[in-house]
Amino acid sequence: MDEVRLIEVKQDIHADNEKVAEELRRRLADQKTFLLNLMSSPGAGKTSTILSTIAQLEGTLRFGVLEADIDSTVDAEKVAAEGIPAIQLRTGGFCHLDAAMVTSGLDGLDLADFDVVIIENVGNLVCPAEFDTGAIKNVMILSVPEGDDKPLKYPLMFTVCDVLLVNKIDYLELSDFDMEAMRKRALRLNPEIRIFEISAKTGQGVEEWAAWLSREATSFIRG
Amino acid sequence: MHELQVTERILDVVLKHASGHDVSKIVVIHLRIGELSDLEDEWLQRYFDYLSKGTLAENARLAIEKAPIVMQCESCASSLEVGKDELQEIVCADCGESRFRLVSGREYFVKNIEVV
Repeated sequence: MDEVRLIEVKQDIHADNEKVAEELRRRLADQKTFLLNLMSSPGAGKTSTILSTIAQLEGTLRFGVLEADIDSTVDAEKVAAEGIPAIQLRTGGFCHLDAAMVTSGLDGLDLADFDVVIIENVGNLVCPAEFDTGAIKNVMILSVPEGDDKPLKYPLMFTVCDVLLVNKIDYLELSDFDMEAMRKRALRLNPEIRIFEISAKTGQGVEEWAAWLSREATSFIRG
Repeated sequence: MHELQVTERILDVVLKHASGHDVSKIVVIHLRIGELSDLEDEWLQRYFDYLSKGTLAENARLAIEKAPIVMQCESCASSLEVGKDELQEIVCADCGESRFRLVSGREYFVKNIEVV
């Protein structure tokens, strides 16, 4: 029998994606466009949060939206109906977006026309957390009906995000969601995470979160 | 959930490294995968068997070593290894603080390949 030899590989499977993500961040800095990656489970309110955030900042920043969906255009149509430029990315069964998919999606927008582009990632708290999209900041939504135990079940997502939006706080009085317990669990995983309590539907808390986004985007655009 | 995509990349990487080394067959692929990743070993192997048919890596075994989750204490910077289900219970043995930052535990790394 032939002798078995060992060939050293030492290659990170994520390395290619991270290279594309870094390239995209350089391009965004040159073009002065702030890219935000928004993640959550299905139904947590990504689309309605995007719409209420943009409405809050109307006239101050120029927004575009990159919609990722496994196989529908429902969300992109909802965004476009509000007069916001939206690009639809059909992921064709992929459970997440990676930097190459985002880069090709952005090719459909003239970045010079936008101060902020929001990526609405695939609804899923698992896979999107593992892939760098090239965004400048990562934001996740946890909605009250999902429960305060989600940091226990999906720790990586809470670890990679800069901001946690706790949405649907208008449901709080109907539920046993323990905000303090949830905050503690999230902060244990990520002491730097900023937490905003909002209701995209009633508008409660949106102003404060939108102000954070506006500050971050403006400081990025000014370099 | 994204085993298929990761498996494709693993196959690309090992075939690239095998070419030019006069390899007739890849027998074992040594991987190091972070505990925080959601990949299931059994499914990785199944997808790999499917994708590698007709290549040098057909029938290769994936030898998967788990890389521990390493967290660093926010206040005194000492690091410790943590199990996935212990993330909420960790307390720093040096200073008693319970706020930590993730250092590693999400890697997918191809270490080396055994070939004939």
